[in-house]
Amino acid sequence: MSEPAVHRTVIIDESFRVHHLLDRESVLGPVMLSPLLIYLVALIGLPLVFVFIYAFSDATTGSDSFGFVGLQTFQTTLEDPVFRIALRNTVVFTVLAQLVVIVLATVLGFVLSADFRGKWFVRFLILLPWTTPVALSALAWLWMLDSLFSPFNWILGNLHVVDQGTPVAWLGQDSLAVGSVVALQAWRTLPLAAVILMAGLTSIPPELSEQAEVDGAGFWRRFFDITMPLLAPIMMVAILFGIVATFTDMAAVYILTRGGPGNATQVLGSWSFYTGIQGGSLAQGAAIGIFMFPVLLGVCILMLRRASQTEVV
Amino acid sequence: MVARRPGVVVSRWVVLLVFALVCAFPFGWATFTMFKADADLYTVGHVPFFYNSPPTFDHVRVLFTDTAFLTFVRNSLEIGVIVVAITLALSVPAAYAIARLTGQWGGRLAMMVFIFYLVPPTLLFLPLSRIVADLGLQDTIWALVLVYPTLTAPFSTWLLVGFFRSIPRDIEEQAMIDGYSRASAVVRTVLPLAVPGLFTVVIFTFAFTMNDFIYAVAFISSSDNMTVSAGVPVELIRGDVFFWQSLMAAAVLVAIPVALAYNFFLDRFVKGLALGGVKG
Repeated sequence: MSEPAVHRTVIIDESFRVHHLLDRESVLGPVMLSPLLIYLVALIGLPLVFVFIYAFSDATTGSDSFGFVGLQTFQTTLEDPVFRIALRNTVVFTVLAQLVVIVLATVLGFVLSADFRGKWFVRFLILLPWTTPVALSALAWLWMLDSLFSPFNWILGNLHVVDQGTPVAWLGQDSLAVGSVVALQAWRTLPLAAVILMAGLTSIPPELSEQAEVDGAGFWRRFFDITMPLLAPIMMVAILFGIVATFTDMAAVYILTRGGPGNATQVLGSWSFYTGIQGGSLAQGAAIGIFMFPVLLGVCILMLRRASQTEVV
Repeated sequence: MVARRPGVVVSRWVVLLVFALVCAFPFGWATFTMFKADADLYTVGHVPFFYNSPPTFDHVRVLFTDTAFLTFVRNSLEIGVIVVAITLALSVPAAYAIARLTGQWGGRLAMMVFIFYLVPPTLLFLPLSRIVADLGLQDTIWALVLVYPTLTAPFSTWLLVGFFRSIPRDIEEQAMIDGYSRASAVVRTVLPLAVPGLFTVVIFTFAFTMNDFIYAVAFISSSDNMTVSAGVPVELIRGDVFFWQSLMAAAVLVAIPVALAYNFFLDRFVKGLALGGVKG
């Protein structure tokens, strides 16, 4: 009779201890966090280390031979004229597109934060550029900017802005192709920025603005002295998302221009892909990609700073 | 409430209509194009804004019967469902831990997870293609299943941290006083309250996996295993031949349901951004 009782006590004791252990926050926390952290380290952290290792090697996709060549790959990369175009384009496209987005997203965030009839449908239309897979929306742009059948060419031709016989080659002329890519990048990052700003606007207590209006402040005064300063931190988040999306993009350029005409619209992402996957040079592809790193690091630091500032508040 | 002046209302509508036009025009134009007959579409001199010959469903039918479009859709859905499951399994416990169990470390951990989100696919695709090849997963949908949580898990965790923080601690503490362990207290009280947040994560995880282009193009070579994003531009453009109406039909048929799903969950997403984003 006594033996089962002892046995049972042991079992209860064991399960109690496990429960007790998992109920301790210092144990449960790491247990719950570790699957995510292990996955992220294995498939983001380690590959990131590999990118740097590749860049200092002569690795190719075809063979397993692997030798360290020091800075030689970087030297080849820096001497490559296409790489220089790609580096410049990546910066220029990002800066131009995000400047446009800052202005337009502020306006759009404002008009969208109000309640009005038909808001649901208008919002649906405005979300399209952001929610559609980039590769597919770039296809729609490719057709819209077709040299022969673009509706813009028909309008410009019939308004006699351009000669009807020589349609505008939107994607076939260096400066127009650059403009088209910038427009596509601004267009597709605008909705998210507007949505984030909308979130910021709704979190500003309306009493502040109303009180200022009672005190006689006009619209612009209220906008610049109350709304903008309160909106600045979240505006930065919106822009950082846009910078990351534009700076690291490869699909939009790959579909819309294939980096052309010539290599006039090549960016780091697309050139790294062409070199690393289609050209087979892992080393060179990695070295090209690494030039994205300083900007991304800057974005990280800005985010961390912002986080520590808001923690104080 | 300040009285609305009619001028304000009208100018808001004008601004909204301009934005809606700019944002939706490429898709409107694509929708208009997908029903055009070849002879109508490819005749220089035709006014492009009319149907010069009657609209036809032929090219939409070609998309479904003569191309691998439905295979792409099925692959995207399959991959999406599996990646959603993995993402939830990784990010729900982690987000709860960050929100509740890590004390002063919580903010720093959330930031660390977010930094993983900032490492772009255009930097990682080279080593990942090697890893995928070494694991023998090349040209299978499992290659994408393996790597897509890198796109979705950090962002989902970040969103969920905000949702969990917005649920008052008292709720699960009361359940724990009532004798439940923390785990069952969470399952009984916190998760039901977090359902809107979980739905948001599901939608965005799904959309993120559909959006990827570079991994799908780098890892997948046969059209049997391609996703919509990679399959449509790679397989439906043959050399210099563009099947424009079918391509546009594919773009529109994917764009509309995804945008509808986003629109439906947008308010919760905005709330999540405000919770996670504004407070760091």
